[in-house]
Amino acid sequence: MKKFINNNDDFLKESLTGFGKAHSDIINVNLDPSFVSRKNKTKDGKVSLISGGGSGHEPMHGGFVGHGMLDAACPGFVFSAPTPDQMQAAAEHVDSGAGVLFIVKNYSGDIMNFQMGAEMYSGKNDSIVTNDDVAVEDSTFTTGRRGVAATVLVEKIVGSLAEHSGSLEECKKLGEKVNKNAGTMGVAFTSCTVPAAGKPTFDIGDDEMEFGVGIHGEPGRKREKIQPSKTIVGNILEAILDNLKPEKNEKNLLFVNGMGGTPLTELYLVYEDACQILQSKGVQVTKSLVGNYCTSLEMQGASITLLKCDDEILKHWDSPVHTAAMRWGM
Amino acid sequence: MSVSFLISQAKSVQKVIDENSAEIEVLDQKIGDGDHIFNIQRGLKLVVELEDSIKDLPLAKALNMIAMKVLSGIGGSSGALFGTFFMTMAKSPDLDKDVDFNKACEMIISGIKAMKERGKADVGEKTMMDVLIPVSEKLNELKNESEFKSGLSEVIKIAEERMLSTKDMLATKGRASFLGERAKGHIDPGARSSQLIIDTICKSVINN
Repeated sequence: MKKFINNNDDFLKESLTGFGKAHSDIINVNLDPSFVSRKNKTKDGKVSLISGGGSGHEPMHGGFVGHGMLDAACPGFVFSAPTPDQMQAAAEHVDSGAGVLFIVKNYSGDIMNFQMGAEMYSGKNDSIVTNDDVAVEDSTFTTGRRGVAATVLVEKIVGSLAEHSGSLEECKKLGEKVNKNAGTMGVAFTSCTVPAAGKPTFDIGDDEMEFGVGIHGEPGRKREKIQPSKTIVGNILEAILDNLKPEKNEKNLLFVNGMGGTPLTELYLVYEDACQILQSKGVQVTKSLVGNYCTSLEMQGASITLLKCDDEILKHWDSPVHTAAMRWGM
Repeated sequence: MSVSFLISQAKSVQKVIDENSAEIEVLDQKIGDGDHIFNIQRGLKLVVELEDSIKDLPLAKALNMIAMKVLSGIGGSSGALFGTFFMTMAKSPDLDKDVDFNKACEMIISGIKAMKERGKADVGEKTMMDVLIPVSEKLNELKNESEFKSGLSEVIKIAEERMLSTKDMLATKGRASFLGERAKGHIDPGARSSQLIIDTICKSVINN
């Protein structure tokens, strides 16, 4: 394992402290319990959005705390859900009285810990669960689909509504709509290495890829030989389109997300391939996002998310945002 | 059950889990993401380190401190589930009176019931509940017996059988559920760590 690390016990604390210093104009980092919150107090009457999850997906979620997005983020250990005391402390810190909306990715540990955090918090609160990953089948026999990259879009779009005085109920409703309108699928070329483990999470051949990989390196649909980008992108989009079935005249946001170890050069190539394929199928792309937003440590790979947009979604996507990882319009 | 019993059990369990850590890590890398063993080890270390702060406390308070430590120090599913277990045990009535075998069984049974509700998992879903629920059912049969030591040997056997039975199951809860058929052929790491905990505690009660 080659990583910038001093000792494993301090890994997260040191990284969080550095994050706090690097972005001290936007956010504060609290330790014991750990949460990232906006530098400025939540304005009265604004619903607070809190997300969180295991670390190792940076910039998600701490990088999305700031104007127009989250009010706080609770980072767990690498790939482990955060703990209820973090959610409780973050909620108490940011809630201005309008209530708290927890945004939770659909993983068992996250669900349980956020549930307990919500039970421990005495103020008004509600939760939405994201589950945009079309790689795993949604059936009554499984935990359901995983919550992955579309969580970024949910946080941006609901964050804007909250900034524009949306109520807790309205924020929840919009979040659920964005989640329902989004589909994601990822592919990995290499594994990632959890610092505490010291070795790669899975073995994968030089000429292999994991199709439908999750954001912790957990396996997806199948192991395949690598193929040209166009073929990979085509297969990913086929799975997403099968699921989302966008209408011909519908507007869409195309989000190409890097897993951490793939250069932007390749991510833009993926974006180009995706644009061409979608155009040939008559799918309209009107908004874009390309970059490393929901990563899996140093994993090489990418995910593609398509989000069907109505006017409400488009308006809140375009509105100003100022966070460590996403900034426009201000 | 007493605070000193809890502390000495935590130490024994820590030793056994450490001895088997490599095996559990590999199981989790096959069907999970490899964090389970680190979470369990971190939790046990935190509980063992609590010794000085809890050794003179009443049982309910000690259990509550263990619960909060486990809940805030582990994270992931294990933290929430084991935190729920200890929190529920701490809420048992009459903990200021002597906690005999019958009472201890009832506490453990209610703790496991709360874990089942928290995780919404039942037997047959390839999780730690495949071990814990049958163990809880057996304890319910045993709790009124005065000669419970032979019964505890059966608990050990049940835990082992049920742990092994997760090998051929399809996972429907937790991260292994995303694997579908590929999860088959591997024992669930949570079932293995739970079985080791049950095994260690039962053996220690039998030998004392």
